[in-house]
Amino acid sequence: MNLRRFALIAVPYIWLLALFLIPFIIVFKISLSDTALSIPPYTPTLKDGFAALISQLDFENFTFLASDDLYWKAYLSSLRIALVSTILTLLVGYPIAYGMARAPEEWRATLMMLVILPFWTSFLIRVYAWMGILSNEGLLNQLLMGMGLTSEPLQILNTNTAVYIGIVYTYLPFMILPIYAALDRLDESLNEAAEDLGCSRMQAFWLVTIPLSRNGIVAGSFLVFIPALGEFVIPSLLGGSGTLMIGKVLWEEFFNNRDWPVASAVAVILLLILIIPIILFQRNQQKQAEAEQ
Amino acid sequence: MKRMTWFNVTSLTLGFAFLYLPMIILVIYSFNASKLVTVWAGFSTRWYGELLQNEAFLNAAWVTIKVAVISSSIATVLGTMAAYVLVRGGRFMGRTLFSGMIYAPLVMPEVITGLSLLLLFIGIGLDRGVLTIVLAHTTFSMCYVSVVVSSRLVSFDRSLEEAALDLGSSPWEAFRLVTLPIIAPAVISGWLLAFTLSLDDLVIASFTAGPSATTLPIKIFSAVRLGVSPEINALSTIMIAIVTVGVITASLVSKHSSLRAQEDARAAERPAT
Repeated sequence: MNLRRFALIAVPYIWLLALFLIPFIIVFKISLSDTALSIPPYTPTLKDGFAALISQLDFENFTFLASDDLYWKAYLSSLRIALVSTILTLLVGYPIAYGMARAPEEWRATLMMLVILPFWTSFLIRVYAWMGILSNEGLLNQLLMGMGLTSEPLQILNTNTAVYIGIVYTYLPFMILPIYAALDRLDESLNEAAEDLGCSRMQAFWLVTIPLSRNGIVAGSFLVFIPALGEFVIPSLLGGSGTLMIGKVLWEEFFNNRDWPVASAVAVILLLILIIPIILFQRNQQKQAEAEQ
Repeated sequence: MKRMTWFNVTSLTLGFAFLYLPMIILVIYSFNASKLVTVWAGFSTRWYGELLQNEAFLNAAWVTIKVAVISSSIATVLGTMAAYVLVRGGRFMGRTLFSGMIYAPLVMPEVITGLSLLLLFIGIGLDRGVLTIVLAHTTFSMCYVSVVVSSRLVSFDRSLEEAALDLGSSPWEAFRLVTLPIIAPAVISGWLLAFTLSLDDLVIASFTAGPSATTLPIKIFSAVRLGVSPEINALSTIMIAIVTVGVITASLVSKHSSLRAQEDARAAERPAT
């Protein structure tokens, strides 16, 4: 093995070990240590070697998480919010992807760019844009009251509804692009064949188009679900005090309560919850890659 | 035969209205004279003027740009190396762990990445500031760069490199003279992606920034937590304008160069005279 190849592998490898893997091990370690009122506010667990480590390991933070129902509720409510918003994003995104795939050839590059452009604009600004629209004196309420649909402003900002709108809005490109890619490859003569054989347009859509775009739907749904689960910015700007999401709980535990061991334990459990969807997503991507070869 | 039904037209119109209206409204209201952001009181550029006098925002913008340029440049080098190792590196010890570490940060919640890096920096006694944000941003964006570059590396013909090696170039020469020019568009888009990710990041920067360095997203976030402000509308408009001009220019340039490549290919097909 020559030196150059070794350096080529070693440099990125060591970087990732030092700044990705080791930090995780530290989080894991701190989640197992006692809270202390010092800086750093935890007692080191690794101080006296391995034997002492085992005897000192302390699952207090995890039993604390299990006993305090705030955390259970936050995990469950994050799962629910992520799931509902993934379904909503699919319902909004599919017709757009479908429309793009059926659009005339010469429009498609432009439509594609229009979907990608918001992705390059600041996430924070896109979430912020909704604050002015959804607030009690905001444009949406002005519009609704102007049309006489409601006599007093609806409370939308600082509720879960606003969080759903925020997630659908910011993650929509992640849903549209994989579905569009699947629909674009789809041979339209299959639909025509189904219609010739007596299916209605609607039946052909359900029996041919949807199953053939399944991979795109699955990929898009994971791309929305996984980041939505740990989302922090959207619930803290658009959600209210009743919006429980685990990313926000972790943030508050860390910055407001300065309880590092509990924040680390929250992170470890969030990671365990995420592992299942991540593995499923990897499998789906691999299957798709194999199918293409 | 493609059909554009009324349904497709409606879903595209509504879909793009949903994607763009909030930002258009934001831009319009940044020119509102009133401090009350929801009441229109005539056209004014007042908030842009006030923004330019706001030292804190200007300092934060400077820190943000500095961090983004440095971290995306290091990330591009490391990410390209990592992509090369993944696609051309063959077998080596710990390859599975390596590819796992490349893909994991892409799906990792930002709060976890931020928390873990902060605990590392405190553990080794590194003062939080520009350096720690650069280290954090480089780490997650190198993974994005390596995904973009490796998809380009996978699709190109390896025999070109082998030909260069057969003709006597060293591996480094073969990379510099053959591989790099071919993957250059992917390397550039990797850099742009890393740059935007760094500009945009709030969560990881909040964990890794110290009192000595604040980035623009951190400043914006603490300002908008209290509600909508006309100065932030003006700032957002400037950022949206920069991105729009950038993306449109980039797509025109890449369209132009792909047209030229097609012409070159056509010219090459013609028999030499």
